[in-house]
Amino acid sequence: MPTNFILKPLTPEQEKRRRQRNIAIGLAVAVLVVIFYAMTIVKLGPNVFIRPD
Amino acid sequence: MSLVNESNLGLSASGASPRDYVVLLKPRVMSLVVLTALAGLLLAPRPVHPVIGVISLLAITVGAGASGALNMWYDADIDRLMARTAGRPIPAGRMAGGEALAFGLVLSFFSVIVLGLAANWLAAGLLAFTIFYYVIVYTMWLKRSTPQNIVIGGAAGALPPMVGYAAATGSISLSSVVLFAIIFIWTPPHFWSLALCKAADYGRAGIPMAPNVWGPDRTRLHILVYSLVLAPVGLAPWLLGFAGPAYGVVSLLGGVGMVYGAINVFRQREGDKARKIAMGNFGFSILYLFALFGVLVLERIVLIGTGVLL
Repeated sequence: MPTNFILKPLTPEQEKRRRQRNIAIGLAVAVLVVIFYAMTIVKLGPNVFIRPD
Repeated sequence: MSLVNESNLGLSASGASPRDYVVLLKPRVMSLVVLTALAGLLLAPRPVHPVIGVISLLAITVGAGASGALNMWYDADIDRLMARTAGRPIPAGRMAGGEALAFGLVLSFFSVIVLGLAANWLAAGLLAFTIFYYVIVYTMWLKRSTPQNIVIGGAAGALPPMVGYAAATGSISLSSVVLFAIIFIWTPPHFWSLALCKAADYGRAGIPMAPNVWGPDRTRLHILVYSLVLAPVGLAPWLLGFAGPAYGVVSLLGGVGMVYGAINVFRQREGDKARKIAMGNFGFSILYLFALFGVLVLERIVLIGTGVLL
């Protein structure tokens, strides 16, 4: 079972791209949240105003 | 104790930018999917809720993009050998194959689930089938084994209008099948016009495209035959009454253009001029399909906007 891992430090360019990828993933998750929220409201329709007593 | 090469563990840092991931989705193909799926959505007898329509369209488009990413993951070995595809993220070395595979699988899963929840499970099932067909049937099986690859595989590209219609109605209709047929018959003359010019590329990669297996002359004949069938099928939406007169005019002129282009491709067989004509036919075929579905969409938007369809 290997115990040693060699990991090179990231170059500035790799760090920049990783940051860009992270931002893109964050935006994609935010879009997914908006989609599920909008879908729920539309599916509920006027029933969204009905509140349990 | 042993030292482990980082690349063997898949631990090497990725050099991919978000733009590379966008390239994996094949944005030009996606733009056509947006339009054809929208046409399917708008064919519904009763307009779908706009929010559900937009989400469905997004899911179908992302599903198509996901299958593009899975295609690029599987085809990286042959993409490397062709000038047209050597710059893609995996063969260019900017991304590991596993990244594209994971990206494609995740997007496939979410696109199908979102479409199922937003619209219905028939549409989601059709989208899942489209992805399966493109990746497994076309990419993994047909593409490398038969010159009929893009004929049979073309069904995957033709399904988005049916998925769009199913998303809006929960059913399949003759009108959505006709839109499927238009794209299905359009695909061979479209692709083979390009393949005539890229035969050396395909030969290097060992892909049995029609010009490489049958030879260019027989391919030119097939382009002509398919174009002759395509022209009347393109008119069908108008003849069957689910498209208006503007569509009728555009599809008639476009159909004549497709046949005229195919005749030119058939007649001009040698030299640089033949190559230019084939590429011209390839370009015109894209314009033809965009025009047909663009006019169909505009007609439906006008009908909905004027309250004829409520």
